[in-house]
Amino acid sequence: MELGDILLSVAIMLGKSVLMLVALLIFIAYALLADRKIWAAVQLRRGPNVVGPWGLFQSFADLLKFVFKEPVIPAPANKAMFLLAPLVMCTLALAAWAVIPLNAGWAIADINVGILYIFAISSLGVYGVIMGGWASNSKYPFLGALRSAAQMVSYEVSIGFIIVTVLMCAGTLNLTKIVEAQNSSLGILGWYWLPLFPMFVVFFISALAETNRPPFDLPEAESELVAGYMVEYSSTPYLLFMLGEYVAMMTMCALGTIMFLGGWLSPIPFAPFTWVPGVIWFILKASFLFFLFAMAKAMVPRYRYDQLMRLGWKVFLPLSLAMVIIVAAALMVTGRAPGMV
Amino acid sequence: MTVTAAFFYLFATLTIASGFMVIASRNPVQSVLFLILAFVNAAGLFLMMGAEFLAMILVIVYVGAVAVLFLFVTMMLDVDFAELRQGFLQYLPVGALIGVVFLLELILVIGAYVIDPGLVRTPMVPIPPTSVMTNTEALGHVLYTRYFFFFQAAGLILLVAMIGAIVLTLRERVGVKRQNIARQNARTPETAVEVRKVPFRQGI
Repeated sequence: MELGDILLSVAIMLGKSVLMLVALLIFIAYALLADRKIWAAVQLRRGPNVVGPWGLFQSFADLLKFVFKEPVIPAPANKAMFLLAPLVMCTLALAAWAVIPLNAGWAIADINVGILYIFAISSLGVYGVIMGGWASNSKYPFLGALRSAAQMVSYEVSIGFIIVTVLMCAGTLNLTKIVEAQNSSLGILGWYWLPLFPMFVVFFISALAETNRPPFDLPEAESELVAGYMVEYSSTPYLLFMLGEYVAMMTMCALGTIMFLGGWLSPIPFAPFTWVPGVIWFILKASFLFFLFAMAKAMVPRYRYDQLMRLGWKVFLPLSLAMVIIVAAALMVTGRAPGMV
Repeated sequence: MTVTAAFFYLFATLTIASGFMVIASRNPVQSVLFLILAFVNAAGLFLMMGAEFLAMILVIVYVGAVAVLFLFVTMMLDVDFAELRQGFLQYLPVGALIGVVFLLELILVIGAYVIDPGLVRTPMVPIPPTSVMTNTEALGHVLYTRYFFFFQAAGLILLVAMIGAIVLTLRERVGVKRQNIARQNARTPETAVEVRKVPFRQGI
């Protein structure tokens, strides 16, 4: 390759990444607003409605407010790590979007082990929380970090097994091919949410726990730990933590869309519906999952910590392990296993 | 080719530098964080060799789970740094021995490369080539056929280790009230609530 070709491909890659980043961040801004509006509607409040028509610019006002505040670094804190933690959290959360295919061939990097990459990156997200909690050198952040570490490691196990069941049905680790494996004349009934329905439910609940969302938001439980690992953070570092959390949530929604809801495929597989661009279906499905996340936050009371651990290790782990064996056996017996000789 | 070489030297340098910092940094938490950096860079090296599956598994298992537990433990340690320094001479012979073993191994590998460069390079070419089969499939093909019993034996050893750890730490305390979740969930309004007619001004 000549230098010009290399520079050109690097420039194209950069352009794609920036486009994805901007689109994702604007989407996150409105997802955050939607989250607050849904929460308010469930509690018969109006929610944010002052900045712009129906409060549409609330997230941008919040952004400006956070950025212009003074970042306070506590004296006993480990300064370098204190500032590194939110950066780690936010960067890792955004890095997962490099492999997510929004439409056929729309992934920035269509790699062979895409689903493992997302799993790896999302398992690294815990470091932002641990580093932040430890570097703050304060009681509540430390307790929050410990809780978060134990919680995220526990629920990763069941998410891993859920991914294995989907992989066995699809026969590939490539995200694009997993979506294509769900493409059939049955449309919405051919996607994996129907045959793997118990796994879909377990995935949704594990995703809530993995992203520290209510009812599993124990690392930042305000009634016990003030704000958990984020107590000492203010201004832009806090904003980065917050952003990282919401991006991780959207990643989980996108992953659920790809694995169980057929990615960019149209739910009804004939003419007027297949004309709709795939990316619109993708966004609709991801938004539907996000709506479920928001409703869970509004409706379900917070779990106690021992209940959370019990659910992860004593309920989800045996259940997902059993499902791996059941799905494997079913695929073997019906002869539908991909690549079976 | 130059781009590949540049990335190789970037990852290799960072791996060695962070490996050095693991033993050089004074704070154990920072040591673990440098260990994580070393793991991530090693994953980068795996990726450059085309072993994408191994790279991702390295990140998921070592960085995502094992190192989290390391960090978990070291964060809770109340380390006395002066005491750590005192043990230095005591552990020096063992450390030196391990160092010598590693040095000998390195000399053997480099010696073999100097004598016959082709010999060392042969196993680095994946069989079958990655254009025929992705290396996830290739690994599965050998792991579940040729090395099936070794694979199972490794799993059993881990299981024994896990059961051993649980047996060692499990203690049954008497006189502790435990929550029986199954019994709680089995309660119905009929078994939990009793409705009584209370005569006025008399109580039950």
